[in-house]
Amino acid sequence: MTSAALRLGAASDGLPAEGRAPGMMTNIVTIAGRELRESVRARWFVLYTVAFAVLGLAISMVSAAATGGSGLASFGRTTAGLINLVLLVVPLMALTAGAGAIASDRERGMLQYLLAQPVSRLEVLLGKYFGLAGALLACICLGLGTCAAVLALKGMGTKPSGVLWLAGLSFLLALSMLSLGILISTLARRASVAVGTSVFAWLTLVFVTDLGLMAGAIALRLRIEQLFALSLANPLQVFKMWSLHAADASLDVLGPAGLYATEEFGNRLHWIFGVCMMAWIVVPLAIGAVVMSRRSPV
Amino acid sequence: MIRMEHVTKRFGPNAAVDDVCIDIARGDSVALWGSNGAGKTTLIRCALGLFAFGGKILVGGHDVLRDGKRARSLIGYVPQELGLYDDLRLSEAVRFFSRLKGLRTPELDAVLGGVGLTGHEHKRIRELSGGMKQRLALAIAMLGDPPVLILDEVTASLDACGRQEFVALLERLSGSGRTMLFASHRLEEVVALATRVVVLASGSVQRSQETGAFAASFGAGTIVHLMIPPAARERAMTGLRAEGFAPTLNGVGVLVPVHAERKAAPFRILAEAGVPVEDFELLRDDRAGLMPSQEKESGR
Repeated sequence: MTSAALRLGAASDGLPAEGRAPGMMTNIVTIAGRELRESVRARWFVLYTVAFAVLGLAISMVSAAATGGSGLASFGRTTAGLINLVLLVVPLMALTAGAGAIASDRERGMLQYLLAQPVSRLEVLLGKYFGLAGALLACICLGLGTCAAVLALKGMGTKPSGVLWLAGLSFLLALSMLSLGILISTLARRASVAVGTSVFAWLTLVFVTDLGLMAGAIALRLRIEQLFALSLANPLQVFKMWSLHAADASLDVLGPAGLYATEEFGNRLHWIFGVCMMAWIVVPLAIGAVVMSRRSPV
Repeated sequence: MIRMEHVTKRFGPNAAVDDVCIDIARGDSVALWGSNGAGKTTLIRCALGLFAFGGKILVGGHDVLRDGKRARSLIGYVPQELGLYDDLRLSEAVRFFSRLKGLRTPELDAVLGGVGLTGHEHKRIRELSGGMKQRLALAIAMLGDPPVLILDEVTASLDACGRQEFVALLERLSGSGRTMLFASHRLEEVVALATRVVVLASGSVQRSQETGAFAASFGAGTIVHLMIPPAARERAMTGLRAEGFAPTLNGVGVLVPVHAERKAAPFRILAEAGVPVEDFELLRDDRAGLMPSQEKESGR
């Protein structure tokens, strides 16, 4: 052993000062930083980012080409195409990332080891959440940024504010799906179950809810305001309506419910969509925190 | 320094730990002894606040459930196997856990050198052997020089050589004013490290005594540790049992408790049965008879 080994020899003379355990924010930032570094090194991050950028570019080029490559019509088509891409890719990415966060650590024994340190369960949960949120933000910015940059270079004008709105709303959608993924992760015993459940949740949100709403509207003869209220229960629908609204596009394209929303709420729609999205971010995460505080990390 | 008051942990109807009371003074080194399922690991997890439980555990006066962060800031913990991210470099792991313990960025040379990992700081954890991982876990546990060290069967996954090195490392830590609580079923560890042994059976404390008295209570004798190829171990066990010995398997071979004057007998029996013996070692007289399986057989 080296001379440094001597440092191992003597214990502290007394107890460490009260409160030597770092504060909540310090621990959250430490864990988030590690989670972020781990995520950007991971294959899922690279794969999703590349797929997002390539598909986004393809959609943008095709949309722009179809309308002659410039003007508002081109931008509208491009935006619509990108919204649909975000609706498919971002929820899947965020759900699976969140689902793996706690369950895989529990399976590997990492969670137990982490919680044996002077950190609380809430700090671990929030640290992981913010770290993954950072990775998702990077992925969205890289994906949409690449699209915007290439289109701008080719002279197929994009409105910077439009791209920023879309990126911001995509990030909010990612946060809500990440919360749901983390909740699934705290409930599942095994990482494979958590990821499987998250994929099922994604399928449900993307396909079943859309079709279910249509079927319900016909079968139950739902009133238009009921249909709009039900749409708000799905964060993907909220994102879609909010994105279209933010892009100054009419919600008429969504049918009678969209028309009703525009006429009834006008500019208040931003607030309504914002509150719904915040609820989708906060509520699953809060439930996840409660579950994690009560479950064994082993 | 560590006070356990009526600690009870149930999994469904079964009590894994049942009304355990242990008081460990500062500087004491206490071994938790018992067969598999006796409750050693569960008790350690309770002491770390990983499980909710009935009763109370105080570490340095802090309740591990109500004031867990402060209690754990006094503890260095080494698990049976280090479950860290494989892609993490040693330097990153040390920095990460230093921050979690509220320490400034440590001198890597000092931290890793102390456990014989100098020059490995850029390696990823997946590149380390089992013994090196355990040494890294010890280095992390010792960050900030905590007054309490909790170890959970830390040598269980190591080979004989790695085990000896690790125990030698721990020997230097015990007896330096540090309080140690560790679970083990390896008698050499208990004799080398503990000042007191708490014997657990079915989740309850069966007895607590000084290490010397604990060892003496099992009588004098010798354990012959025979390294036997895996394919021949069952045959060896059968042959030895047939001659009245009580052998146990330990991962690399067979442990045979014998009277001091009968050390050659197992070799003769195995030779007659055609069982190859690749190597052997004799454990010291004062360690004889301390195998958990023997306690079981003696009708505990």
